[in-house]
Amino acid sequence: MMLTYYTFIILLLAATVRVATPLILASFAGLYSERSGVVALGLEGMMLGAAFGSGCAAALYHSAWIGLMVGILVSVFIAFIFSYVCVFKHGNQVVAAIALNICISGLAPTLALAWFNEGNQTPVLTEPNQRFLDISLPFSYLFKKHPFPGLIYSDVISGHSVILYMAMVLVPVSAFILYKTRFGLRIRAVGENPHAADTAGISVKRIRTQAIMISGILSGVAGTYLAIAAGSGFIPDMTAGKGYLALAALIFGNWKPYRALSACLLFAFTDSLATRLQGVDLPVVGVIPVQFIMALPYVITVLLLAGFVARPEPPKSIGIPYIKES
Amino acid sequence: MNHLKTKYYSLIEPVFLPALNLFLALIISSIVIRLIGESPLKALHVIWQGSLGSGEGIGYTLFYTTNYIFTGLAVAIAYHAGLFNIGGEGQAYVGGLGIALAGLFFGALPMWCVVGLGIVLGALFGALWAAVPAWLQAYKGSHIVITTIMFNFIGSSLMTWILVSVLRQAGQQAPESRQFASTAFLPSLKGLFLTCGIDVGQSPVNAALIIALLFAVLVWVLLWRTRFGYALRVVGINPTAARYAGISPASMMFSAMLISGALSGCLGLNELMGSQHRLTLDFPAGAGFIGIAVALMGRNNPVGICVASLLFGILVQGGGELAFEMPHISHALVVVIQGLVILFCGALEQLFKKPLRRLFINEP
Amino acid sequence: MDKSTHALELRGVQKRFGSIYANKSVDLCVSHGSIHGVVGENGAGKSTLMHGITGFYPIDGGEIRVNGKLHVFKSTKDSLAAGIGMVHQHFMLVESLSVLENIVLGVERGFLLKQGLKHARSEITQIIKNYGLEVPLDTKVSELGVGIQQRVEILKALYRGADILILDEPTAVLTPLEVEDLFKFLRNLKHQGKTILLVTHKLKEIMAVTDEVTVMKQGEVVLNVKTSQTSASQLAECMVGRPVLLNIKRTAGNRGEKILRLDQVSLRDSDGVNRLSEVSLDLYAGEIVGVAGVAGNGQSELLGVLSGLDSPSEGKVLCRDKTLSNWIDITHDKNGPSLRRKLGISHVPEDRLKFGVVASMTAEDNIRLGYHGRTKSDSLFTNPDRITEICQSLMNQWDIRPVMPKQPLESFSGGNQQKLVMAREMNAAPRVLLIGQPTRGVDIGAIEIIHKRLLELRDVGVAILLVSVELEEILSLADRILVMNAGRITGEVSSSEASEQGLGLLMAGIAKEGKGDPQ
Repeated sequence: MMLTYYTFIILLLAATVRVATPLILASFAGLYSERSGVVALGLEGMMLGAAFGSGCAAALYHSAWIGLMVGILVSVFIAFIFSYVCVFKHGNQVVAAIALNICISGLAPTLALAWFNEGNQTPVLTEPNQRFLDISLPFSYLFKKHPFPGLIYSDVISGHSVILYMAMVLVPVSAFILYKTRFGLRIRAVGENPHAADTAGISVKRIRTQAIMISGILSGVAGTYLAIAAGSGFIPDMTAGKGYLALAALIFGNWKPYRALSACLLFAFTDSLATRLQGVDLPVVGVIPVQFIMALPYVITVLLLAGFVARPEPPKSIGIPYIKES
Repeated sequence: MNHLKTKYYSLIEPVFLPALNLFLALIISSIVIRLIGESPLKALHVIWQGSLGSGEGIGYTLFYTTNYIFTGLAVAIAYHAGLFNIGGEGQAYVGGLGIALAGLFFGALPMWCVVGLGIVLGALFGALWAAVPAWLQAYKGSHIVITTIMFNFIGSSLMTWILVSVLRQAGQQAPESRQFASTAFLPSLKGLFLTCGIDVGQSPVNAALIIALLFAVLVWVLLWRTRFGYALRVVGINPTAARYAGISPASMMFSAMLISGALSGCLGLNELMGSQHRLTLDFPAGAGFIGIAVALMGRNNPVGICVASLLFGILVQGGGELAFEMPHISHALVVVIQGLVILFCGALEQLFKKPLRRLFINEP
Repeated sequence: MDKSTHALELRGVQKRFGSIYANKSVDLCVSHGSIHGVVGENGAGKSTLMHGITGFYPIDGGEIRVNGKLHVFKSTKDSLAAGIGMVHQHFMLVESLSVLENIVLGVERGFLLKQGLKHARSEITQIIKNYGLEVPLDTKVSELGVGIQQRVEILKALYRGADILILDEPTAVLTPLEVEDLFKFLRNLKHQGKTILLVTHKLKEIMAVTDEVTVMKQGEVVLNVKTSQTSASQLAECMVGRPVLLNIKRTAGNRGEKILRLDQVSLRDSDGVNRLSEVSLDLYAGEIVGVAGVAGNGQSELLGVLSGLDSPSEGKVLCRDKTLSNWIDITHDKNGPSLRRKLGISHVPEDRLKFGVVASMTAEDNIRLGYHGRTKSDSLFTNPDRITEICQSLMNQWDIRPVMPKQPLESFSGGNQQKLVMAREMNAAPRVLLIGQPTRGVDIGAIEIIHKRLLELRDVGVAILLVSVELEEILSLADRILVMNAGRITGEVSSSEASEQGLGLLMAGIAKEGKGDPQ
């Protein structure tokens, strides 16, 4: 009996970590962008673009790493367009992000159909080197021999795709960059008071563009994970709102790295838990319809945004295009 | 001489700029078509023929146009209050539930009652679906873009459940309700068009078009000829000045969103009461998002919205023919054009303002 | 260093914005180790010139020489490298960062912050010792007072090795005592060899602390002179171009009934800081009450509470009803401004662009702002022609040009915009008029009209509360003067007893104790 509960928890934690990975990557992508004062609503589109790019490349070149590279390239390209429209042409950041998201949600299936002729998706990846499969960390077989607490190492910590480990390294690295480097200081300054940064000799345009590019890279990894690590190729609308969930996690975390991480894990945990309760006859409520469980992440997002944060303190200049005044 | 040029400029600018932006969107779409390996000119020809080249085509085009007038007006009214309502898709979908209730359970009433009830319930349910994001933005400052997108997803799940588990007819596979009572069938406009010499054939263009155009007039009057509309516009431009003027920005934003949801909610009049005569899965089919493009292209003005809706009606109907005749091109291409229109008419609308201005008004 | 070259020399400097010349052709010589004043009215081109000297904008023509060497500044980095540092009027500080981080921003010396901060800390501590500035390095800027924030700004420039310091309207937010401190410090800097450019429109300060003065008017230099060889009135005349009457003739007012009262009002902001502390005041019909004080001492919050835009944390706001029989408590109301207008209280806000107008809407739309509600006789729909008519007639009455009601308000000049706001508020035939900074950003001609109308309004029995940072404006218009400091009313003086010196003491928070030396 204890063992079943234990196994259940192990499986749950393992699933949590997997589901959290793209969220964490996207959330940190949003962190850089928003801290520099640029709204990060475009995460969804960049992730989707990367998913498509990596799905194509992995299918064509039979290599997951080339898939990753292409995925990142696509995402950065989209980020570049966004940067041009918003930072250089002072376009409305919210509208531009939604526009690009819609564009990509249409462009990806269109190109997929035209290039591969298999419906609106990229070819299913069947070969092992086309995807980022799970890897076992050293000595995990040893830990498996002693399930309690060995399974924590062998199944929760080990046994995931390499991208997940990249994401885990990324968290402390991002926090370090943001608070302990010159670049991070400048990003924070530009996000809070671009005029002050400008008079201190910092190019607001350059910092914001760099921040947007970084968010492109991170979103690219996130999208690639969805397509060729968690999945076997690109499917239309496969991001299913994860870009917005990641942004909500960032807001819930008050734009701070470790809090955003916690929020992502919370999301992922709830999502994984709910999925495991699908079809299960629960006390009082009975069997919850599958559609309600699928809607759960979105409901939680709304609840989070409804103000379970004491007082959200976004960067002061967010969403406002910076124009030198006379 | 200069005075005349300035006068022309103020007349031309509201028309020329959106046209220029649309042109750019189409150019880029042509590049995409080329990337796929097809001919843009051929594609354009197919789109034109498919939408306006036949009576039936015209009928279908106007049918889609009706949808976009509803959702375009919805986005526009929220925009005037300073809010970007992306939730039209969900609001239209849930509004459809209200309309279905009228059509399924009140069929005993005379037609004008049922249709009237449909309008009321559709608007009510649509407004309800907009109410929570609206309240959260107005009174808690929660980002309306994210909440409305979430409500689109939640709405989709909710409606799927309703169609699969509640309204589905016993023994049927398809997730749809039973057919509405005949009093809930909005009359076709076939006869009207015949008197103009156009045979719209099998197309479902119906009286909802008249209702949509009526709504456009009402929205115009509301925004520019009532005190409420004035207050709403002030809130959208300068909420601080609105407070100074004794207007409550929160309650205005909330009201604007409710009206916006109500307008989207009436989409079902066209699709459900006018065409499918039952509640079906995902009947909005992206109309909520096209409404965004339509509103931005039409510069949030009901007249511009009607024109932009027609343009998108042509694109969608023509696009359907295109996907049929050139199977290499996906239906999703229209979505790309949508996104590009939003990009150029929404985010980059100022791109050509300065050069155009310089062309007309001499400034050294 | 060659003593004959100037620290800073400008020849024929030009700056255009579109077709407008903000600086036409400016010649300026600043000597080493001196304090050089640059005066001019609002819009004379002083700030633009400073932006050009510091490289914030590239200049369109002319030469800039520092220590005899020609420089072309493409950005603020270049001017900093040449030794020019600027202290802005509106502080360029990032509030959420510490003082040290703010100083180091832009010159962090390396990718990792740790090294750069350590180096900066030791250097800055040295600078603080040299010049006698006391500043807490690790406190967040948001927690510091205005005077100390200014010192941080100066430290920023000194840390970057500035030999030439430009101060843009530095005393706008300081009390008279803080101003004296600043001047002491500037003289100290001067004696240590620094060159200082003091940009201001306050003539008394120029006379007190500068060695040389340059007067600018409409983008050009009209006078370069040694301070010892000129006077405040000569400078004023050069600035404006005609003899300036420093006192308007004002007849004594006729005070009537008490109409509006504040009773022990306190207002706490979101950080728990008291912006208003136990403020009580009375407004009477037919009287102008002036509220003097350095900006940021609670005057804006006072207007906020009176106008209904803010709700006090404690205390009451009471207004006499229209029949003058009852006092109505209007302290907390769902819609403060709307209730005020019903009771006949009008408000001309301090920041008209933010509060008082919707700049992108037309003039006729703006003339309705606040008064657009339906009265019993109006129909359901608005009548656009009638609105245009009303707007036109008001524009004629107040000489607002051009008389085009359908033009967007942002195309009108500042003075005309202000006149429109005043026309709107006065047209409502108020019993009480609340007005803040009525002549900010307004040209001389409009100022005269506005002052005249205010006095006329008082003479027909309106109670007027006038908030202004311009002491001269208050002294010339008010019947009774209240002074605010740190959220309190520190004193009340009748116009006959008022003097700039006495008011200055009250503004600094020192209660009136008889005539003594301000020390």
